[in-house]
Amino acid sequence: MVLLAASPPAAPAQSSGVLHVAPLSKQVVKRQEINTVSLRAVLKDGYHVNSHTPSEDYLIPLRLTWEKGLIQPVEIIFPKPRLEKYAFSEKPLSVFTGDFDITTRFRLTAKAIPGPQIVIGQLRYQACNHNSCLPPKTIEVRLPLDIR
Amino acid sequence: MFRSRRRLSCGLVLAALLLAACGSAGDSARAASLKPDKDRKRAPNFSLRDASGNTVRLSDYQGKIVLLNFWATWCGPCRIEIPWFIEFEQKYKDEGFSVLGVAMDEDGWSVVRPYISRMKVNYRVLMGDDEIAALYGGVEALPTSFLIDREGKVASVHVGLVRKATYENEITQLLESPASRAADGTFGGKPAGGARSE
Repeated sequence: MVLLAASPPAAPAQSSGVLHVAPLSKQVVKRQEINTVSLRAVLKDGYHVNSHTPSEDYLIPLRLTWEKGLIQPVEIIFPKPRLEKYAFSEKPLSVFTGDFDITTRFRLTAKAIPGPQIVIGQLRYQACNHNSCLPPKTIEVRLPLDIR
Repeated sequence: MFRSRRRLSCGLVLAALLLAACGSAGDSARAASLKPDKDRKRAPNFSLRDASGNTVRLSDYQGKIVLLNFWATWCGPCRIEIPWFIEFEQKYKDEGFSVLGVAMDEDGWSVVRPYISRMKVNYRVLMGDDEIAALYGGVEALPTSFLIDREGKVASVHVGLVRKATYENEITQLLESPASRAADGTFGGKPAGGARSE
């Protein structure tokens, strides 16, 4: 297994609104292996995003998707959500706050020819603070690969 | 526009009642007050469709007090306020007060119509877009509400959830103030572009 970690923030973060994702460094991946990449999401203080499993049906979940073609996700792993109580909800909501990691385990597809490649992902989220909400937004995530 | 999901839990209604009773919501409630007349600016006119497909303009409400509420079905704080607005509409409509909801769900009427039907919303709900949001200063956070006086001027703006009593105090203050109508008979300026002006 090859582990891809978020690089130091040398390049500009991929950001939208109150959440940004640390840029990913180019990583070497192999065709026969299950590879892993972790995105570090950083949320502005005072805000939360709905988790991937929101407490209420009407809430918009956190979603990470990858463009089809070069990689086939095996599993997308979110951290354990926090249950937080807000004035606008009777019961605690399943949310993420602060910094958190989202990990994707993936295989390369037959289309993944050796050499440098970029895979585009989309992180969709909807954030609120204690008394208001922001519209859902999508961050484009660029995953640079060196396919061996 | 924004996206949305559906279904209201009974819990939200209970939460709304609790908030109304305890007055625990929103920081801005304590500081809220109507702007002095001299500081009020004209509310931009617009023309949008309601759930029945009818064109609704702000200018249709000339001479009335209007609570213009931007909201979305996916917005928890917005869902707290809606029962309050239903009550205000019922309580004050005969005194020249109306609520206008502007839904900002990107999925449009397919999610908004079932929600307002389930909630038995008794005031007009219009489908908003980026243009009306821009016209009203961006309206990034929801809920955002504009209380518009009888002269078509913005008497207060609330971003985020505030106390029910805050709204009601402001509405009653406006209802009790002299109903001075615009001398030129106009209400609002240029229509918001998203909307069709006829």
